[in-house]
Amino acid sequence: MSRIDVHKTYKLFIAGAFPRSESGRVYEVKGADKKFLANPAMASRKDLRESVVAAKNSYLGWSNATSFNRGQILYRIAEIMQGRSEQFVSEICALEGLSSKAAAAQVEEAIDTWVWYSGWCDKLSSVTGSLNQVSGPFYNFTTPESLGVIAVFAENKPSLLGAVRTLAPIIAGGNTAILIASENYPLPAITLGEVLSTSDLPAGVVNILTGKTSELSPWVGSHMEIDGIDAAGLSKKQEEELKLLGAENLKRIHRFTPINHPERILSFMEQKTVWHPIGI
Amino acid sequence: MSEFEYASAPESKEIAKIAASYDLFIGGKFVKAKKGKSFDTINPATEEVLAKIAYADKLDIDLAVKTARSAYTKIWSKMPAKERGKYLYRIARILQERAREFAVVETLDNGKPIRESRDTDIPLAAAHFFYHAGWADKLEYAGVGSKPKALGVVGQIIPWNFPLLMLSWKIAPALAAGNTVVLKPAETTPLTALLFAEVCQQAGLPDGVVNIITGDGITGAALVNHPDINKIAFTGSTEVGKAIARSIAATNKSATLELGGKAANIVFEDAAFDEAVEGIVNGIFFNQGHVCCAGSRLLLQENIADEVVEKLKKRMSLIRVGDPMDKNTDLGAINSAEQLKRIKEISNTGDAEGAQRWSAECKLPTKGFWMAPTIFTGVSQAHRIAREEIFGPVLSVLTFRTPAEAIEKANNTMYGLSAGIWSDKGSKILWAAQKLKAGVIWSNTFNKFDPASPFGGYKESGWGREGGRHGLAGYLTSESKVKK
Repeated sequence: MSRIDVHKTYKLFIAGAFPRSESGRVYEVKGADKKFLANPAMASRKDLRESVVAAKNSYLGWSNATSFNRGQILYRIAEIMQGRSEQFVSEICALEGLSSKAAAAQVEEAIDTWVWYSGWCDKLSSVTGSLNQVSGPFYNFTTPESLGVIAVFAENKPSLLGAVRTLAPIIAGGNTAILIASENYPLPAITLGEVLSTSDLPAGVVNILTGKTSELSPWVGSHMEIDGIDAAGLSKKQEEELKLLGAENLKRIHRFTPINHPERILSFMEQKTVWHPIGI
Repeated sequence: MSEFEYASAPESKEIAKIAASYDLFIGGKFVKAKKGKSFDTINPATEEVLAKIAYADKLDIDLAVKTARSAYTKIWSKMPAKERGKYLYRIARILQERAREFAVVETLDNGKPIRESRDTDIPLAAAHFFYHAGWADKLEYAGVGSKPKALGVVGQIIPWNFPLLMLSWKIAPALAAGNTVVLKPAETTPLTALLFAEVCQQAGLPDGVVNIITGDGITGAALVNHPDINKIAFTGSTEVGKAIARSIAATNKSATLELGGKAANIVFEDAAFDEAVEGIVNGIFFNQGHVCCAGSRLLLQENIADEVVEKLKKRMSLIRVGDPMDKNTDLGAINSAEQLKRIKEISNTGDAEGAQRWSAECKLPTKGFWMAPTIFTGVSQAHRIAREEIFGPVLSVLTFRTPAEAIEKANNTMYGLSAGIWSDKGSKILWAAQKLKAGVIWSNTFNKFDPASPFGGYKESGWGREGGRHGLAGYLTSESKVKK
């Protein structure tokens, strides 16, 4: 008799740990071949709240880390992902029904995305800040600064790349994040959590939830400790509802074309301008 | 204490030729409001009616937006950028030429001291047009990609505290980026915007590029909700800002929101006290405290608090309150009866909640709306006067023991527009500037503004920036943003 495979339980990733949903709920995820793949956790409102607490607790450390340090950690994520490529390829093949060549291309692009954003960490101020030529004896400069806790609704597909290209710019800018994985294609995002937990990324900087997008979205929209949202994975209707709720604390809510761009980082940063007189 | 005797030095009203009534400015000419409704604008220092102003409703707004769209499609978007820029230069020059007239009208309509409208509002407004004029043909260097494009028609709503200056903050970058605009000035201060319409005519600005519609909050809401607007730019209260955010949630309109503030002005023990006191006074009493970024929460290090408060009271006793048209006046009229009522209402909670009120002794005129410069000491963070924007000449004084506590208290607010730091130690200033969650940090100075310097808030103080390269970017498309 052939060997029986050991299957993995796909769990949440909160504050550096891999808990099940406190609600005990799971949902079934099927592969492209309609066969059972996994029962990932169906995150509850309480799981979301705990993720926000974790993200908030890790914010001070992460936002105050040197840009060089953050850049190295993002690069480290790429290194660890590279070593795990095969696992991601097989997950993507099973889930999205892609050829292994196409799946490998997606994984490679995801890895390269981490490398690209890694390089941005210590160049944001130079490229997007400014020394302003005001009319008077003042030293006046503007520099970008992180917002706080950002929720990210990963694109539905591509399953891995869609999570990475929304998440990487958030943490590159010094924010901490709650990644809400694609509802139908969540498995690579959960495995990404395993990569993050072994990449020197401080616990809580990224938290990953799986579950029903339609259920989580209004909770995210109305949570007063969430400062911004990337709405990539939401339907138009869900995005509208989210914006209505998010207006209560004027959340910065954005959605981008599926390209890598520094504006993905900067949209979740504030520009701070400092004045000081010049004189003796 | 005895007051210095100044001879009165009144500015003449003669230069301001205010018409008895004003229509809407649409398509390069003044047109009657379709329903013929109007409202009065008054001088808040005397309560005299200055002019009758047309009240725009939905039909007028629709006409204004259609006119702006047509001007955008047919003229403004096709014009070479350097020519567009030259119109802005012309506007800047005409504002400089007519500066005295604008200053007088502004002071009559708003109640602010002529010294401030003459030395701050009008010169800065002209400077904003001059600065942005130079951007018009250099947009590819503005940091939003190599092919930046205008958004289209922008709806702009401005407040009554800096009427012409806020107009220039809105219109100058919008036009430089290639947009056309429909602007609604505040209900209580429409005159300089209508005078600006004449400037557009004198500059030969193509018809429909700038349209000015007057009215109240309902007019503003109708502008926000017009389906053919591409972007909303609003300066005003956080409450209205949130309502706008909700109104546009289901649309593809973008928005810049400059909203409320409750700025902490922090004085450390190693500050130069005399300079700090000047900064505190400028921070809260400039423009009668009708400033969203006013330093309305004074945070004093505990060991110096008594000394600074004493110096502050002495300095406040020298503030000259009264006729805004007098060139010696420091503190003019409160902009409206409604605003005065609101200031008094929130201030009264200061007494009720246990803070100690002190006002400078001064004779207030019998007509008009006035408030003596006031401070509250013994204020705790829970008091309403420490949490809510008063938007008047009322300062709340709190204390702190350590720098960390100062930052904690300063950031303990839903707002994040501005903050002040007073210290003679460079590393401490930079440390505090880094920790403060606010968009504009004034260190050893306060309430400084410049067209080249981005202005705007964190948290519930709004979205986006105005001024500088960062403000300009808000009027341009970005290749990374999804179009719905």
